[in-house]
Amino acid sequence: MKEEPLAGMSRRRFLKIGALAGAGLTVGIYLGTGGERRKPPTEVWPDRKGYLKPNAWVCVGPDESVTVRVNHTEMGQGITTALAMIVAEELDADWANVRVDIAPAEALYKNPAFNCQMTAASTSVQTSWDPLRRAGAAARQMLMAAAARTWDVPIGECRTERGVVLHEESDRRLRYGELVEAAAKLAEPEQVILKKRGSFRIIGHPIPRLDTLEKINGSAVFGIDVRVPGMRNATVVHAPVFGARVVAFDATAVGQMPGVHKVFEISSGIAVVADTFWQAKTAAENIRIQWAAEEREGLSSEALRTRWTGLCGTKGKSMFRQGDVEQAFEGAARTIQAIYELPYQAHAAAEPMNCTAHVEKDRCEIWAPTQNQDGAQEAAARITGLGYDRIVVHTPFVGGGFGRRVTVDYVAEAVEISKAVRAPVKVTWTREEDMRNDFYRPAVLGMLEAALDADGRPIAWKHRIIGPDHMAHQLPRLIPTSLPYGIPRALRNTAGALASMILPRIVPGKKAIEGAAPLSYALANVAVEYVHDDPGIPLGFWRSVAFSQNVFFVESFMDEIAAAAGRDPLELRLSLLNPALRLTDVLKLAAEKANWGQPPPANWYRGLAAYDFHGTHLAAVADISVGKNDRIRVHRVVCAVNCGVVVNPKLVAAQITGGIAFGLTAALKSRITVTKGRVDQGNFDDFPLLRMDEMPDVEVHIVPSAKPPTGIGESAVPIIAPAVANAFFTATGRRIRKLPLCP
Amino acid sequence: MPSIKVNGKRYEIEIDLQTPLLWYLRDHLGLMGAKYSCGIAECGACTVHVDGEAVLACVTPLEDVVGTSVTTIEGLAGNMADALFDAWTAEDVPQCGYCQPGQIMTASAFLSRNPKPTDAQIDEAMSGVLCRCGTYSAVRNAIHRAARRLQP
Ligand code: FES
Ligand code: FES
Repeated sequence: MKEEPLAGMSRRRFLKIGALAGAGLTVGIYLGTGGERRKPPTEVWPDRKGYLKPNAWVCVGPDESVTVRVNHTEMGQGITTALAMIVAEELDADWANVRVDIAPAEALYKNPAFNCQMTAASTSVQTSWDPLRRAGAAARQMLMAAAARTWDVPIGECRTERGVVLHEESDRRLRYGELVEAAAKLAEPEQVILKKRGSFRIIGHPIPRLDTLEKINGSAVFGIDVRVPGMRNATVVHAPVFGARVVAFDATAVGQMPGVHKVFEISSGIAVVADTFWQAKTAAENIRIQWAAEEREGLSSEALRTRWTGLCGTKGKSMFRQGDVEQAFEGAARTIQAIYELPYQAHAAAEPMNCTAHVEKDRCEIWAPTQNQDGAQEAAARITGLGYDRIVVHTPFVGGGFGRRVTVDYVAEAVEISKAVRAPVKVTWTREEDMRNDFYRPAVLGMLEAALDADGRPIAWKHRIIGPDHMAHQLPRLIPTSLPYGIPRALRNTAGALASMILPRIVPGKKAIEGAAPLSYALANVAVEYVHDDPGIPLGFWRSVAFSQNVFFVESFMDEIAAAAGRDPLELRLSLLNPALRLTDVLKLAAEKANWGQPPPANWYRGLAAYDFHGTHLAAVADISVGKNDRIRVHRVVCAVNCGVVVNPKLVAAQITGGIAFGLTAALKSRITVTKGRVDQGNFDDFPLLRMDEMPDVEVHIVPSAKPPTGIGESAVPIIAPAVANAFFTATGRRIRKLPLCP
Repeated sequence: MPSIKVNGKRYEIEIDLQTPLLWYLRDHLGLMGAKYSCGIAECGACTVHVDGEAVLACVTPLEDVVGTSVTTIEGLAGNMADALFDAWTAEDVPQCGYCQPGQIMTASAFLSRNPKPTDAQIDEAMSGVLCRCGTYSAVRNAIHRAARRLQP
């Protein structure tokens, strides 16, 4: 099967890194150095003797087993189930025989959205849809061809059904397992025939997840549960102030502690290696460390807020412009303005950062709960000097990623420590280290202005975003692994180093304005500007990234316009949308299902929000009540979504519901603040998460669609904050422009 | 020698009795079902049963549980366990799954005290078990489902 560009696949989520790094580097592609080569598909199934291995994605055993290789990390989104469903559908497999297997780090398993093996940006289903359908179909065709040969009948007379090839005329049937040997001798077909959408019996159905049993009986192995013979347990103490280096440390107090093997400095802090985690943690608390003074010691959230408020009046870099905004404002009947602000946020995945590594002289094995297998492999290669073919990356179950585990700092630590102590080591961070050494969702200020005409119609829109940009932090980290395979590592890392010097200057803005521009609403005059100001707090990808900020601004301000013009928020939005747009459909559907326009139950108030998340369209209506001290209770959220073809409606509903819980935590409860360069929060007592009694009933309505699938995992996070804030306005007449509401 | 029963098996404790039960289970006995997430009694991921009661293993020093009988998710068995596992499967509860052993251990201790709970009672009993993935509604539904099945 030839590789072809994927229909409908979106690369817009990231800059085209390869192109950015310069065409000159592409000559390296075919040099294939240090094990950095692309294995043929047959080599990625070394332990499947006697199986049909038509490609890198699926193999069929003589025991009827169907194994689907998943090149994505299972971190709760159900991707193993969804991708297995796609293959099983086209293979016409018996679902009861389908198993999954998480792919090792291999060139074949790169995510085409980033040219590296990574689970991020809700791209898994959209980028896998086409290749996995083809992979399943190819295997099915080979099994049919084998049966046709065996029976000496034309292949056109054969058909398949749930793991069996049938020849109806002669009433013969053979199970896939019985055909494996013969099929394995055939070449993979050049052309594959895909099923008709109408004949799907797996895709689109609410199939139960494949991983439930092991996750409820305690047998699922997460990164933190990995055990390797001879393994030690370690923990790391990081600088309390971002970027501070160790000057000296005194570990005399821990020398006698039972089980403690070694205390030493690593690139990112002080490592403590012991027999058990508890011993390592206890020892870590008894080490005295002197850290070098850091200029970031002066950093505080309050000071940043003042500085950014001052910057609201500064003209920023123009990121999007249409019409003549200035003239429209001059001729306006009235104008309104609002400033919104959002704090830094931590990922706070349930499973703290951890990684197990075993570095030996000529090989290295890593068990990394990561969203970025290639990044993990590259980090290990850099530290050990070994080629990629000597570095095995296993991905266990992951207790929540949300974008944190794209950054592989904790993987590098495990490799560095294992190399130093010459033994397998599991590094586990305490919750406090996890929360204080995150790559945060940036804090940001948004200033919005609108001009209305005499009829209360918005005619112009200005949006200025002030704050740091996560991409300036992350691109230099991502570049070395995103370059084409085969480029020597030295060159990769030079490119990464160069990028870290240049990119922070040229990149800012492109990704920080996502969700702000282009505006979904049809206004003739729009200007979106970005004022880049980065205090240096480490930033990363936080589920839904800049949408989590800009959608709050845009959808809150839309309501402010409605209120100023005395118009219904739904009516105003619909009046600004092309009726044929998907967004119109989801708005109407959510409004209808939530009985928008009818009075809600006593003491309940309604708010709505809608947006386009990279082609996934969502709308939601939230019903809330407001108690003493403005305590908000969200009772019900009715959400409508259009995400193209739905592989599994159960998984979509779970991701929407979970996304709303995640967004609601940030809207109502959690925030990261900084005082004197130190993160103030450390655990769930001061970074509170949503609890069961605070969880609203979430209703999910899916708009049927035959379009290729778009992303779902992050899409719902931004919807809840503006919907709740707008409902709060209906309840109280007061605007929420700063989150979280009840920290 | 102080001893403890875990999932029906007796162990002599040879380590510092100040060690939290959680790390004894995980790093000494290799029972990885109870999870570490906060370490300060804020999340419920480490919930196990001590003589049938739900206990947060991360803040329970071994000295407090010497001579008791501990059950972890790996050892949960019987009618209650079957009802819970079946209900959790039917509702497809877990997302990442990390909090789920704690959810189930808490639910099981709760249901044995209150076999016919209301939504509000479930919320109250379960509000100490955090789920960053937001599976709360599914957990609540699964508890109701298990309760229905356990009705005489
Ligand atoms: S780990 Fe014990 S309550 Fe959180
Ligand atoms: S399922 Fe992920 S934390 Fe609960």
